[in-house]
Amino acid sequence: MTSNGWFQIGLFFALILLIAHPLGVYMANVFERRKTFLDPVLGPIERTIYKLTGVEADKEMQWTAYAIAMLLFSAVSMLVLYLIERVQSWLPWNPQHLPGVPAALALNTAASFTSNTNWQSYVPETTMSYLTQMAGLAYHNFTSSAVGIALAIAFVRGICRKEKNTLGNFWVDVTRAILWVLLPICIVFALVLVSQGVVQNLRPYDTAHLIQAQQITAPDSSGKSVTQTITTQTIAQGPVASQEAIKMLGTNGGGFFNANSAHPFENPTPFSNLLEMLAIFAIPAGLTVTLGRMTGSPRHGWAVFAAMGILFAAGVTTAYWAEAQGNPLMHGVNQHVSATQAGGNMEGKEVRFGIANSALFATVTTDASCGAVNSMHDSFTPLGGLVPLANMMLGEVIFGGVGAGLYGMLIFVILSVFIAGLMVGRTPEYLGKKIEAFDVKMAMLYVLIFPMFILCFSGVTVLLPHLGLSSLANAGPHGLSEILYAFSSTTANNGSAFAGLNANTNYYNLTLAIAMLGGRFLMIVPMLAVAGNLARKKIVPPSAGTFPVTTPLFTVLLIGVILIVGALTFFPALTLGPVLEHFLLYAGKTF
Amino acid sequence: MRKQIFTAVLYTAVTTLLLGIAYPLGITVLAHFLMPQQANGELITKDGVLVGSKLIGQTFTGAGYFQGRPSSAGTGYDAANSSGSNLGPTNATLIARVQQSVQSWQASRGKSVDARADVPVDLVTTSASGLDPDITIAAAEYQVPSVARARGLPETSVQNLVRAHTMPRQFGVLGEPRVNVLELNMALDRMSANAKTATTVSR
Repeated sequence: MTSNGWFQIGLFFALILLIAHPLGVYMANVFERRKTFLDPVLGPIERTIYKLTGVEADKEMQWTAYAIAMLLFSAVSMLVLYLIERVQSWLPWNPQHLPGVPAALALNTAASFTSNTNWQSYVPETTMSYLTQMAGLAYHNFTSSAVGIALAIAFVRGICRKEKNTLGNFWVDVTRAILWVLLPICIVFALVLVSQGVVQNLRPYDTAHLIQAQQITAPDSSGKSVTQTITTQTIAQGPVASQEAIKMLGTNGGGFFNANSAHPFENPTPFSNLLEMLAIFAIPAGLTVTLGRMTGSPRHGWAVFAAMGILFAAGVTTAYWAEAQGNPLMHGVNQHVSATQAGGNMEGKEVRFGIANSALFATVTTDASCGAVNSMHDSFTPLGGLVPLANMMLGEVIFGGVGAGLYGMLIFVILSVFIAGLMVGRTPEYLGKKIEAFDVKMAMLYVLIFPMFILCFSGVTVLLPHLGLSSLANAGPHGLSEILYAFSSTTANNGSAFAGLNANTNYYNLTLAIAMLGGRFLMIVPMLAVAGNLARKKIVPPSAGTFPVTTPLFTVLLIGVILIVGALTFFPALTLGPVLEHFLLYAGKTF
Repeated sequence: MRKQIFTAVLYTAVTTLLLGIAYPLGITVLAHFLMPQQANGELITKDGVLVGSKLIGQTFTGAGYFQGRPSSAGTGYDAANSSGSNLGPTNATLIARVQQSVQSWQASRGKSVDARADVPVDLVTTSASGLDPDITIAAAEYQVPSVARARGLPETSVQNLVRAHTMPRQFGVLGEPRVNVLELNMALDRMSANAKTATTVSR
């Protein structure tokens, strides 16, 4: 660990603090339909979209109608993505003449991008045409995150409205999220990324003639070893910057290339790396300010922000420390930090990022349900790899996905005030709303669906030698971690992977698709039910028995509830995976 | 309900045109107009032939060139198949591969005094992308004596070349200092060529 490393981590968080307030206030204005400086440009586009699609912008929706509109839009756009993948060989912008995507993989990918997960069972540069990437995958990066923002705003409206039946208009919220928030930032961000070296073109892959030709000896199809001379390097190209921008800003995380944000064409410089990390946290952090603004209690927004910030700090500190230790099994290797190298566990990491930026990126991408990676989490030390895994298992509420992080966190807020109410023996209240049996039941449903998918699927998978275990790249406890990681990542709609696991099999493609859809849509419905129920209630003035949600005590209680729920659920599984591997590593055991 | 489905279909169509077609094409046009070199991958040509990208590493072997990191992308630095090894810290294959690398690095240093010195970690570990264009300063300096010997160049001039190609932290703060292997090796080729011309002239 170096002082520069800590400085870079501190700088990152300081910049998030700077961004959160103005962005959060701006988003509150956008969704409360107040004037913004972009109205003259975007107003006409907004009205045109409503006219073309028959949206009645002034019609408010009850929570059920809001949910149905959301489900219909997701279903239709998911089907379109599936079809684009299947027939991409007949469509334009396919200079590599890639064939249609096989059914199970296309289904998995469609579920993945619709649910804002962006889990990738495929190698993009050899699977997806430029058109599929632009109009299929990057398109869903916009819409799935806009849907997330819309849902979070609907939930916040549920909290602050009194005796109303409606939560807003789904189509209007999505449109405003796209036009006022996502698109303008992406246009600027994409161009800045290009300036750093992120490619943006529609050309076929380039062929470079190597400076030094290489002799490669590899076994051929019959098993004989054959030596061949390689004189060229094929360099994949594509419209990357436009996709990279929304991939980070929308906490989607699906890479244009297999190596994701570790690929030099996706993330060429330390500056592009910093911007990409900032883009991941920007909207989720801003939304806590939006929450404070819309509920008229800015300090409540900051109390929620503080809980997220503390959990983030704990994660990044652990990951940075663990990765800086290096691998004790490597002998004759200089893993010490010095003026000329960053040292540490460099397997699966890039030199330009070193240890600090790899550990920071891994924490950020799994705190928020982004899932982009600039290093390979599968090759992290056991405790370094525990951090991303635990971040996801806590329910993606440490800033969390765009929108999804806020409404997930608010479910935990409801549980916290409920527990505080139990402790003093009074009906719990949240910002003037009485929290009653229905709300707590729905909140618990939300909290229980999540581990059910992760633990049931993981449990079944480890019992299936041919379907489940044959895909593992690593044996021993690390193998269990790979499976746990896959189902945690998909259910939490994160999308990062312990990528050694070969997930492109029918078994994994289907089970992971179910986990992704369940982890998104099954959890949204109880969440919207709570929002709809809250909106109907009266606002009661705070009394001496009200537990204030603006204090450090509240922040501590909220963190406690999140950690206890997560630990009670997942500690046994984590003990058998990363924790056991840590002790075996230091005992010198390999698999 | 039918009206809702109709809206969902139309909305998907309209937004696909806006976000899936117009936006990426617009960015492509702007990028080409403003920054053609970056938008196309910082390609490097030599005598009119495309030899690679500044951002993408290549395989180098033997003592005549600085070597980059081991690569898990295809058969090595396959820029149409980026990948890390994804081997976990307790994977026997990983540990065996690293120890093998350490031995061959130490053997390549012959009888020099510090032949048994620990090898900088980035030289024996694969990168995340398999395309890492860089090595650390430590890894470059480690290779200076053997490269100078193989090229018949004075060690100090090779050392100076490394220094000239060292990129500091961006803005003095961000990332880690590093050396771009492809650019360093191309400069090395030029240095050797110049040295040869100089000898021919003096003869």
